[in-house]
Amino acid sequence: MGFPDRIERTVELAAQPGRVWAALTTADGLAAWFGNEAEIDLRPGGAAWMKWASGYRVGMRVERVEEPTVFAFTWQIPGLPEDDPRRTYVEFTLEPAGAGTRLRVVETGFAQLPDDVYSAEYDGHIKGWQSELGELAEYLDGS
Amino acid sequence: MAADIEAVAEQVFTALADPSRRAILAALAAAGPATATDLAGRLPITRQAIAKHLVLLTGAGLVTAEPGERRRVRYRLRSAPMQMAQQFLAALARDWDSPLEALKDHLDQESRQPMTMRRRTPQ
Repeated sequence: MGFPDRIERTVELAAQPGRVWAALTTADGLAAWFGNEAEIDLRPGGAAWMKWASGYRVGMRVERVEEPTVFAFTWQIPGLPEDDPRRTYVEFTLEPAGAGTRLRVVETGFAQLPDDVYSAEYDGHIKGWQSELGELAEYLDGS
Repeated sequence: MAADIEAVAEQVFTALADPSRRAILAALAAAGPATATDLAGRLPITRQAIAKHLVLLTGAGLVTAEPGERRRVRYRLRSAPMQMAQQFLAALARDWDSPLEALKDHLDQESRQPMTMRRRTPQ
């Protein structure tokens, strides 16, 4: 119950949707307010990343590009190893509101359980290490 | 599904609230599977206390017991529950308020500048 799987925010912006769209979907835009550096291949399936002054870098995958109303990407979950396959999904929705824009951001997927494939693979790695080390020990004992 | 992960996260946080249990988990993470006796030799905790903590850690799924040499039980760290707890923390740490404030500021600043000044001039 207390687990936040979904985060949702709505902000009213004075800028028109076209300018908000550019701030969300271009490398210059993203680097100006979100990360410190960014790159984006703006098409569904395209790769993107952002980097911060701290050195933290997050890999993203563009999922939806419906100019100028919907932009979505998936990205890595902070704190999990780089090669962890789990991602959260972030969707921006832009809606004209007077002279400006109502921007909604929804991020979902924090409560994913690791799937069986993942845990099987993970256990496989551990067992793999164990047996590699066992073989090495046997080899050294024998020599 | 969210309830499951929350229950797991809760057990992880309960387990980590105790310094002795943190020391046991750290020892297993650093040096691999060990028996209660091994751990008692390495940590400033009595064997009895270690055995008690290992029961709780096994219940929380953070360690698994497996048969070792001479029928002594060895304990092995399980990282899966830790990763679920990390996801819980990641959700709490995901801060959208500051970036959205920054977006507002960025757009305001942009609109105060004349069009020609917005271009970045290569120097």
